[in-house]
Parts: sequence; C-alpha cells; structure tokens
Amino acid sequence: MKILVCVSKTPDTTAKIAFTDNNTKFDVNGVQWIINPYDEWYSLVRAIELKEADPSTVIHLVTVGAADAEPIIRKALALGGDEAIRVNADSHDSYYIAAQIAEVAKQGGYDLVFTGKETIDYNGSSIGGMVAELLDLPYISLATKFELAGTTATVTREIEGGEEVNEASLPLVVSATKGMAEARIPNMRGIMAARTKPLKVVEPAAVDALTSVAGFGLPPAKAGVKLVDAENVEELVRLLHEEAKSF
Amino acid sequence: MSVLIFIDTAEGHVKKASLEAMTYGAKVAEQLGTTAEGIVLGAVQDDLAALGKYGVKKIHHVNHESLNHQDAQLFTKVIAEAATASGATVIVFSNNLSGKAIAPRLSVRLKAGLVSGAVALPDASGGFVVKKNVFSGKAFANISVNTGIKIIALNPNAYQTIAGEGTAEVVPFAATVDAPKVKMVSVSKASGEVPLTEAEIVVSAGRGMKGPENWGIVEELAKTLHAATACSRPVADAHWRPHNEHVGQTGFAIAPNLYIAIGISGAIQHLAGVNRSKVIVVINKDPEAPFFKAADYGIVGDAFDVVPKMTAAIKKLKGVA
Ligand SMILES: Cc1cc2nc3c(=O)[nH]c(=O)nc-3n(C[C@H](O)[C@H](O)[C@H](O)COP(=O)(O)OP(=O)(O)OC[C@H]3O[C@@H](n4cnc5c(N)ncnc54)[C@H](O)[C@@H]3O)c2cc1C
Ligand SMILES: Nc1ncnc2c1ncn2[C@@H]1O[C@H](COP(=O)(O)O)[C@@H](O)[C@H]1O
Repeated sequence: MKILVCVSKTPDTTAKIAFTDNNTKFDVNGVQWIINPYDEWYSLVRAIELKEADPSTVIHLVTVGAADAEPIIRKALALGGDEAIRVNADSHDSYYIAAQIAEVAKQGGYDLVFTGKETIDYNGSSIGGMVAELLDLPYISLATKFELAGTTATVTREIEGGEEVNEASLPLVVSATKGMAEARIPNMRGIMAARTKPLKVVEPAAVDALTSVAGFGLPPAKAGVKLVDAENVEELVRLLHEEAKSF
Repeated sequence: MSVLIFIDTAEGHVKKASLEAMTYGAKVAEQLGTTAEGIVLGAVQDDLAALGKYGVKKIHHVNHESLNHQDAQLFTKVIAEAATASGATVIVFSNNLSGKAIAPRLSVRLKAGLVSGAVALPDASGGFVVKKNVFSGKAFANISVNTGIKIIALNPNAYQTIAGEGTAEVVPFAATVDAPKVKMVSVSKASGEVPLTEAEIVVSAGRGMKGPENWGIVEELAKTLHAATACSRPVADAHWRPHNEHVGQTGFAIAPNLYIAIGISGAIQHLAGVNRSKVIVVINKDPEAPFFKAADYGIVGDAFDVVPKMTAAIKKLKGVA
C-alpha cells in the first residue's frame, strides 16, 4: 500500500499576525514555523499507524513550498514516513497547490491521499476536495476515524450535529481532523533517521492560479470588557438582554 | 447569467446556514443585476417554494434516491450540471461541513475560483474581490477571483438572514446521477439538542469546572438559553465532554451571536475558534485570565456561584419558573 500525506507549514499558533508591503504580505519576521497541526497530529500519525500495522506500507510526504519548508518536512520525516517530495513553488491559491499535489499523486500511483482538515493560516479546507476532483476519486472530508480492511476503508466523518460512518474502496482521498490519531513527539532515532531519508525537490507543473490575494487586514480591536460585579449577576443578564440584545 | 445557491438539507430540512447563503446570494444577484436561483438535492420535507422569501426566484430540485446521502463526488457532478444549465456565474455555498466537502471539488470541475470562509459581500467594482477570514479569525484577506465563474463559501453566522416576501418557482432538474462510490453505513447524532455549528448561543466551559460531574449547571444554563454546549480542548482530551464539543484552533470554529465562556482561561488557540462570536461573556475567578481581553462582558467570580444565579436570572426574565 502507498500513502501520500500532504504536509504544510504554518506559523506557530501563538505567532503575532502582522502584514508588510502595504498589507499585501504576511510579516514573517520572528515567526516560528510548525507543521500544520491537522497534518501532523492527525493525518501523518494515522498513516504511520497504518504502516505499523502493515510494514509493507510506503508513506510519502508532499509539500508545496519554497526551500524554507524543508525543516518542517524533516520534522515530519522524523515522526515517520519513507521519503518526501517538495514541489518548489510558493502559492496561496488552493487550486494551484492542489494541482501540484495531484501531479505528484498521479506519478506515484497512491492508494490513499491524506490531507489535514485545514491549514490554520489560510483556512481553506479546500485542498483535499480539489485533489480528489483532479484525480477523479471519492473524497471523505473531516474524518475522525479511519480503518482499513484489504482495500475497503471504513471512515467516520463529522456531519452537522453528529457523525456518519462511510465505506469506500481505495483509492481514496481523506481529510483528517481530531480523533484520527493521538499526537506524537519525534524520538531521537526518528530524528537521526530523518537526516538520511530522501527529500526530492521537483519543479512545479505549469498551472494557472484561479485566485490571488489583493490584501490583508486586521479586525477592529474590541472596545474592552464591561465588568459586572459577581454579586450582581442580574445586571449582567439585563445587559445581555437589553444592551447586547443577545437573547 | 444567474447566481446559484446550494441549499443544504439534513433529514429533509433546510439548514439555517443555507438561509444565510440564500439571503447573501440574493444580494449578490442584486449587485450583479441578475436573479438568484437555488439547487436542492435529494428528498425534502420542507416547502421549497416558501424559500422564495429569502430572495431565490427559482429552485432546481433533483429528487433522486442516490442523493439522499451526501457524497461529495456525486453532488459535485450534479451541481456542476445545474450550474452550467442555468448559466450561473456565481455559485454560493455555506462554508459549513457540506460546503467544505463540495465547493472545492466544484471549483476544480468548473475551473472556478473559490473563496472559502467569506465574511462579506463581494466588491464587484473593477474585479471581483471577496473578504475572507484567515489566520483562524485573527485577520482577514481580500481575495480576488480571476475566473469567469466564481464560487463563494460563506461562513456560517457571518451574514444575517432576512426573510421578505415571495415564493420560488420549484422545477425538477433532470441530472445524470451515477451510483455513489461512498456508501453510508450509519449515522449518529450528537447528544445536544442544538448542533454547535448552527447555534446562535453557545455556553462553553473549561478546566475551571474541575470535573465532568459538575457540568449540570452548564447544561442547565444552555437549556435555559436554547444554546449549544461547547468546551475547551483539555476538557475534551480528558473525556469530560465529547470531542464534538471541542472548539478552538484544532476543534470547531464557531461564530454565534453569544458565546459564554465559563472557567476557560482564553488561550490564543481557544480564541482562534471563538473570536468571531458577536458577543463574548467571560466568567472566570481569575481577574488576570487572558479571556477578559477578548470579552465584551465579564464577571470575575466563582462559576459554581455565578452560573446558577445567571440561569435563575434568565428564567426570571423569560418568565419561566
Ligand atoms: C497547537 C495547539 C492547539 C490547541 N488547540 C486548542 C483548541 O482548539 N481549543 C482549546 O480550547 N485549546 C487548545 N489548545 C490548548 C490551549 O493552549 C489551552 O491549554 C487550553 O485552551 C486551556 O483550557 P482551559 O482554559 O479549559 O484550562 P486552563 O487553562 O486550565 O484554565 C482554566 C481556567 O478556569 C478558571 N477557573 C478555575 N476555577 C474556576 C472557578 N471555580 N470559577 C471560575 N473560573 C475558574 C481559571 O482561572 C482558569 O482561567 C491548543 C494548544 C496548542 C499548543
Ligand atoms: N502547500 C501545501 N503543501 C502540501 N499540502 C498542503 C499545502 N497546503 C495545504 N495542504 C494540505 O491541505 C490541507 C488543507 O489545506 P487548506 O485547504 O489550505 O486549508 C492541509 O491540512 C494540508 O494537508
């Protein structure tokens, strides 16, 4: 079995969000980069578990990004996975990124493509569905559980107000969310092994982006909290009812 | 030319998020000088014609057994067919769980640029620019869509539903419906009465509650307000509450009208999932809790004392015993 795990880099969750160049670029000054949590904690770890259950499984990682994405890819390799592919392109257009991943997927002939639910910086929740459509494969989004028996996958996914169990045959594209696996920390052996695992760099396929970022902005600051005394809970309820009109 | 809105249903009923999508889509149609149409897939129980009051003039209904369960691949093909037949230049989804599954596929199929997580109407003066949330609500981006057909997935609760007058013409649409490749084995509904992602009011609690046995006062407050319940991540991780209540960076992102946070410190990762709420109320015994900085109203006090009093005061106000 061959699995392709999509991995992206995002600013650390506590990073200061600011913009430069007349609000057209994210200010990377002093930003720590991490593996997008959905990719690391859920989809990659589930893929590693599948390999642990069936050692003949091969895991490839793919990232679409510039050379500065390599530390992230090495960290992902330290967690597990056999080799990584970096498509040498920097883009914020979901379609462009998905098309690059689909190209890698076509060449590798994978049984399974895993993505995270969403990137915590651009919040697209789009790449998985786009890759699936480009490959003309079924797509199960927001998976909280993934089990495999032969070539049949049983996948639990989130739906509004509940969960649903689906069944589909491989090949398949799945986006992973909380529940799929428990986060792991790379160990020393993994870190050492990652240094020599292959990290292939390929040039992007010619693809036209469908969207572009015209500019960024920050939401207006809150006016500040109105504190009500703990002895006067009724006053809070009155404010919520009459002033905020919340209920 | 038209604006086509995907009308999402659950068990035959139109979701609240789709009423927002229709109101929004109708406004986009007005901006562009065209009409808004809707598409519904699978069996429905609601009166579709009545959805005309949200501004849709015509609803294409594809009532096929295979569409009673939502398979993204199948839904995409059918919606693409309807979009082409109706000459849609803008297609609107709610960016709910269904929208997240289908809109990206449709974007590829129609080579139509997608803005997911839109929070405002497009700016169509010169180009077509749509504002969306990025960095988990900590910033926004203006996205320029550079294709003939545009797809917008509107964030739930980002656009106010307006019900006016009118009925929609409901027309059956004969699409080619293949056999789905994904088979549904079972469905289970969450325990809460109000689904979290659709809720107008959310009552949420954190580690300050000390243990799962203390959630009674949280649930009672939620019930009194017809609210959904939510929790912080450590609470879900410790299995005090089901994981489908976990909000934040790695849980659900929600934007209710009112978010009441009880015994939650307000870590940045928690805020990332709730900072789009219209009004935030914080109840915490620590005046230094970071959550107060993001709050509109707050009480510095003990949840075990404040929450039951709040429930009682609301009951009194609503005139229920
Ligand atoms: C990558 C990453 C992603 C994360 N994602 C999420 C996420 O999605 N969602 C999330 O919630 N967290 C997330 N976290 C964890 C987050 O950083 C915090 O650890 C977490 O939100 C803290 O939960 P809490 O506020 O319930 O608990 P605590 O931080 O322990 O806070 C408890 C609060 O309760 C108050 N309190 C105690 N007793 C009482 C009382 N009797 N009455 C009133 N108040 C009381 C305390 O003053 C305190 O402020 C993430 C962390 C990381 C690193
Ligand atoms: N540049 C990228 N390279 C590889 N995978 C990516 C990239 N961007 C996004 N992904 C994958 O697609 C998922 C959803 O991303 P998005 O649609 O941008 O929210 C992420 O969790 C990743 O698994």
